[in-house]
Amino acid sequence: MTPGATIDAAFAGRLGGFDLDVAFTAPATGITAVFGQSGCGKTSVLRCVAGLTRLPGRLRVGGNVWQDDYSGMFLKPYRRPVGYVFQEASLFPHLSVRGNLTYGARRTTNGGANGLVFDDVVELLGIGPLLDRAPDALSGGERQRVAIGRALLARPSLLLMDEPLAALDRFAKEEILPYLEALQDTLALPVLYVSHDMSEVARLASHMIVLNKGRKVAEGEVGGVLERLDLHPATGRFEAGVIVSARVVNHDDDLKITHASLYGQPIDIPLVDAGPDHEIRLRIRARDVSLATERPKGISIRNVIAGTVAEINEEKNTAYAETLVDIGGARIRARITRASVRDLSLTPGSRVYALIKAITFDRRAYAGELR
Amino acid sequence: MLDFAELWSPIRLTIALATVTTVALLIIGTPIAWWLARSRSRFKEIVATVVALPLVLPPTVLGFYLLVALGPDGPGGMIAGLYGARSLAFTFEGLVIGSVFYSMPFVVQPIRNAFEAIGDRPFEVAATLRASPWDAFWSVALPLARPGFVTGAVLGFAHTVGEFGVVLMIGGNIPGETRVLSVAIYDYVETLQWTKAHILAGGMLVFAFVVIFSMTLLQRRFARAGK
Repeated sequence: MTPGATIDAAFAGRLGGFDLDVAFTAPATGITAVFGQSGCGKTSVLRCVAGLTRLPGRLRVGGNVWQDDYSGMFLKPYRRPVGYVFQEASLFPHLSVRGNLTYGARRTTNGGANGLVFDDVVELLGIGPLLDRAPDALSGGERQRVAIGRALLARPSLLLMDEPLAALDRFAKEEILPYLEALQDTLALPVLYVSHDMSEVARLASHMIVLNKGRKVAEGEVGGVLERLDLHPATGRFEAGVIVSARVVNHDDDLKITHASLYGQPIDIPLVDAGPDHEIRLRIRARDVSLATERPKGISIRNVIAGTVAEINEEKNTAYAETLVDIGGARIRARITRASVRDLSLTPGSRVYALIKAITFDRRAYAGELR
Repeated sequence: MLDFAELWSPIRLTIALATVTTVALLIIGTPIAWWLARSRSRFKEIVATVVALPLVLPPTVLGFYLLVALGPDGPGGMIAGLYGARSLAFTFEGLVIGSVFYSMPFVVQPIRNAFEAIGDRPFEVAATLRASPWDAFWSVALPLARPGFVTGAVLGFAHTVGEFGVVLMIGGNIPGETRVLSVAIYDYVETLQWTKAHILAGGMLVFAFVVIFSMTLLQRRFARAGK
């Protein structure tokens, strides 16, 4: 796909008692998350892109029209250069792992879309020892890795992943995530990644589309979308948070802590495998952040970041308020009670200290800076 | 001394009839089973009912209509006229046509069930891996439905071997042409040739046992392999 190309999609129609009306533009590089609660229509969107479900609309991928209702154009699913990874691996039970991997490879006509050959994919996904096994002799995580390999070997121009980790337990998830990250680094292959798991999105995606009840409610860079306070119904309160980038300063191997700089302010995180001056991506959930008007003393929380309240969004009929705190360069979200807002007399512009109880960080070191 | 050549003739004829019928049914029955399994047409259950009719109809009723259809004034007679014959009734070809109708439900039903058990997902996967529907039929549907084909072929073969009423109606009792096992046994009993009847009937008993027993074993093997 040519650089700068995009995926332009618009689908609208009724699907089994459910109205879908979604239009979006995704970059043709990197992972774009299609995010939302279950039943929001995100899988339907992916199926429409693959052509497995047909809804009125249009779809253009990197300059090629796949669907256009004005001209009656609808490319049959088997003519679309996509790779599709389903939630359940759905390997062909009558074929060995090798037979599954080569099924699409033998049929593809998509010449050098990603130039991947069999050995590369097997190596990348670590499935060499499994090649002669039957699918039913594999673990859930192994099966899903084979399914990913099978999709890649069909040499797609666009990879579609429908919650590929959702059916797996936590250990299998952790087993696969590094492979997905490795894919990102190795292939210049755009990915649409359907998920309802904010931590997956934060870890993998650079761009995201948020759906709610069949409608798009937000679209943009992951960091920017996560900052927004108005997306609760779609993103869920529990996982709401922001992604910020920090720079590694040094490590304390004894205490297993990495000292980093968050836009000039010191921040400590559990030991990260990244050298000094590397950019790392941190996710801070709103519910893990408290606010204080003075710098607290005698407290176990190590990360206290000075900032200014930028926005306060009180949630009527609940005890809570969502706040956005500008820390000079980035903004973090804090979920506090409305009573605290009143007691501390917080208003936009108030000087505060954000007390961060927990930080999830993406293990991967980023070369470039994140906005 | 028994005349084994006389006994062998109906056995050979029966095996030939059952083999030709089974092959014909696999060729005709597979697209019907596929359509019944995958179509969303309103008419499909009507077609399924027509296919299943021989399960309920007395073989003489089916045989009667086939006799009319295959006779000189029916479509069968017209086809026979193309190569100078007068009728398809009382011929081996006529028996094959009758057996195809008679054994159709025993072949179509297991294959249809096997196709339905596959579900949509493998075909969606195949489509996203560039397989056209025709390609996916051969590379996914047929291999996955293999147990259904084995069951259908065995049942179709065995059921044709055991056919009596229809044969009697449309085939009569012409040695080497339409005199199959079941008719031969009936004939021997009628003419009090008990020894010959015993040999053929005992052979059928063993055959039936072997068929059902090996089917059970095969299905258990498939069930294990499918896990």
